[in-house]
Amino acid sequence: MEAENNIYTVSVYTENNIGLLNRISAIFQRRHINIESINSSVSEIEGVSKFTIVVNITEDQMKKIIGQIEKQVEVIKAYFHTDEDTIYQESCIFKMKSDLLFEERQIQNIIKESNARIVTVNRDFFVIEKSGRKEEIELLYRELSAFGIMQFTRSGRIAVTKDEMKISTMLEAFQA
Amino acid sequence: MDTKTIKKETNTPQTTERISGSEAIIKCLLAEGVDVLYGYPGGAIMPVYDELYKYQDKIHHVLTRHEQGATHSAQGYARISGKVGVAIATSGPGATNLITGIADAQIDSTPMVCITGQVASHLLGSDAFQETDIVGISTPVTKWNCQVTKASEIPEVMAKAFYIAKSGRPGPVLVDITKDAQFEEFDFKYEKCKGVRSYIPIPKLNHSEVDAAAKLINAAKKPMIVWGQGVSLGQAEAEFKAVVEKAGIPSAWTILGAGAIPTSHPLNIGMVGMHGNYAPNVLTNDCDLLIAIGMRFDDRVTGSLSTYAKQAKVIHFEIDPAEIDKNVKTDVAVLGDAKESLAALLPLLEEKTHPEWHQKFKDLYAIEYEKVIKNDIYPTKEGLTMGEVLKEINSQTKGDAAIVTDVGQHQMIACRYANFNKTRSNITSGGLGTMGFGLPAAIGAKMAAPDREVISISGDGGYQMTIQELGTIFQQKVPVKIVVLNNEFLGMVRQWQQLFFDKRYASTEMTNPDFVAIAKGYFIEAEKVTKREDLKDAVAKMINTDGPYFLEVCVEKEGNVFPMIPTGASVSDVRLE
Repeated sequence: MEAENNIYTVSVYTENNIGLLNRISAIFQRRHINIESINSSVSEIEGVSKFTIVVNITEDQMKKIIGQIEKQVEVIKAYFHTDEDTIYQESCIFKMKSDLLFEERQIQNIIKESNARIVTVNRDFFVIEKSGRKEEIELLYRELSAFGIMQFTRSGRIAVTKDEMKISTMLEAFQA
Repeated sequence: MDTKTIKKETNTPQTTERISGSEAIIKCLLAEGVDVLYGYPGGAIMPVYDELYKYQDKIHHVLTRHEQGATHSAQGYARISGKVGVAIATSGPGATNLITGIADAQIDSTPMVCITGQVASHLLGSDAFQETDIVGISTPVTKWNCQVTKASEIPEVMAKAFYIAKSGRPGPVLVDITKDAQFEEFDFKYEKCKGVRSYIPIPKLNHSEVDAAAKLINAAKKPMIVWGQGVSLGQAEAEFKAVVEKAGIPSAWTILGAGAIPTSHPLNIGMVGMHGNYAPNVLTNDCDLLIAIGMRFDDRVTGSLSTYAKQAKVIHFEIDPAEIDKNVKTDVAVLGDAKESLAALLPLLEEKTHPEWHQKFKDLYAIEYEKVIKNDIYPTKEGLTMGEVLKEINSQTKGDAAIVTDVGQHQMIACRYANFNKTRSNITSGGLGTMGFGLPAAIGAKMAAPDREVISISGDGGYQMTIQELGTIFQQKVPVKIVVLNNEFLGMVRQWQQLFFDKRYASTEMTNPDFVAIAKGYFIEAEKVTKREDLKDAVAKMINTDGPYFLEVCVEKEGNVFPMIPTGASVSDVRLE
């Protein structure tokens, strides 16, 4: 029986070193797994980076990949979570023609109802920003695309977990 | 699972001295106890070679004939001694030529540090002459790698490189050093690396898992051990032998595990896997408890996973958490260093002998002997077999020689028919299956263990992949014994073509040169044997020669290696013919 794929959010705490992104993404590449989104940022701990990676794979694949990620020397700890275990958001920005704001009154309603916000308006274009779940962003995209989008960019998923990730305790033990 | 973090130890500061980055590299190597390194000079590594010239009384550089040879020599050195092997090369093609050896060391857990020169930092990314992104290229095949662009970074990175290469599950590390960093002067001081905060080399032993393992072992009626290289990497041979003997468990080995207990030990039941022995393969699917120690359930060991040891409970003693449940689901996983884990297990075991269970192995061995072994080592037909050559070499060296093989039929035959009295005696490319590994690896092995007889055994195919290293043997006067089993075929591929591709011998037949003349061209004494009656004397002459020696043995052209588990078949469907 084929095991089912699930969406997993992978959180990887690492040293902030050159080349780690390559090392981590290579683990997925080698297994012919597509990364749905990837985000790299500082974490809650000074000097520690955090990768947030979204993949659509089986639980068995996920467990093995976590093992391979943790095996990397400069990875401090890696976790995986399902959507139920996390609070997650994505962000996106749209660039659109300024004329539309005045000619298509509906746009203002769409912005209001979707809880998006206008970041800037000038003579030629205006920029809308929206944070939310993937589906909300997709909905907004569909609604706005009817009017013509000049540019659109979406971020990778960022997430925090409902349960604690005991990363700080690990590091404190080391520094003590 | 508990994880243990490493506490940083504070070191007393040492006095500093102002030296160049390249001299610092040499001082780091000396501080790590490196006495020999293998490499090839070139533009971007010249400052380091200049220092090697100045330090030649303290550190011996071996000029190989190709950078791949340097890595395999470093691997041979590491595999026989347990020390870190070191290879050095220039940027660009010098660096890319290291990759095969690095990949081999990664999959076979061999401690190795590779140092590459790199173009000056201001040229990085400019497609400069001999520039290549070796850190990017080597990332998937190194345990760790790092680029250094400032001399001041050299001591810490080198210390970390050696620490990571040899600690925990060993592996290859690459350090790429720009040319300007090699020239730059700085205040040098060296501190050995004691720990890296994000890295847990040895998981903390969980004693309740050891207890659970002992309970299963004590209750088992038909237990079987399969051990791998983890036993010798963990220097756990004595603890392992004590466990095997006390619990009376038939024990089989993977190709890299060979020799951790002598081949002749009554509880040693032979090799598992594709060309392993009949009994341990068949009885893997009959045992009630499979105890895996320091091995990783490679597909060449397990055959089809869906039919592998399904009836048995599985215990896995392992240092690398990523190996647990990777290929075979375990009932009990004991994470930790083999030496510590087995020492903890020993007092919990009951003394057992399992005579009926042992008899099953003996019965199946008798079948294998009749159908395969007898004909391999005591052939009556015309044409020398690889098996009889191996047996002759092995008996004349009394099982004490280190045998360094290449990859293919001769490799399987060597593993099957050599008796190994000592640990670290079977040096071979197991995971990557690198043809061309043998000859250069034998150079490193002999240099690391000059008191041991080191015999390189290759086929005519793999031998020609790194044949240029005869030049290294000649120049360095390395007294290795070189045997080529010549069947004028890429024998293993030909065997598969015969069995699975209706004898369509696509590009496997070789028209070979005069190997004896080539060896003699390098001023290496050489002989060729074609007849059975000449074999014994030829082997004796080889062994009694003080310097390097080359022996070509012409064997039957279409000999096959059996037993064999066809790809995708179950271990219990192992074929004897």
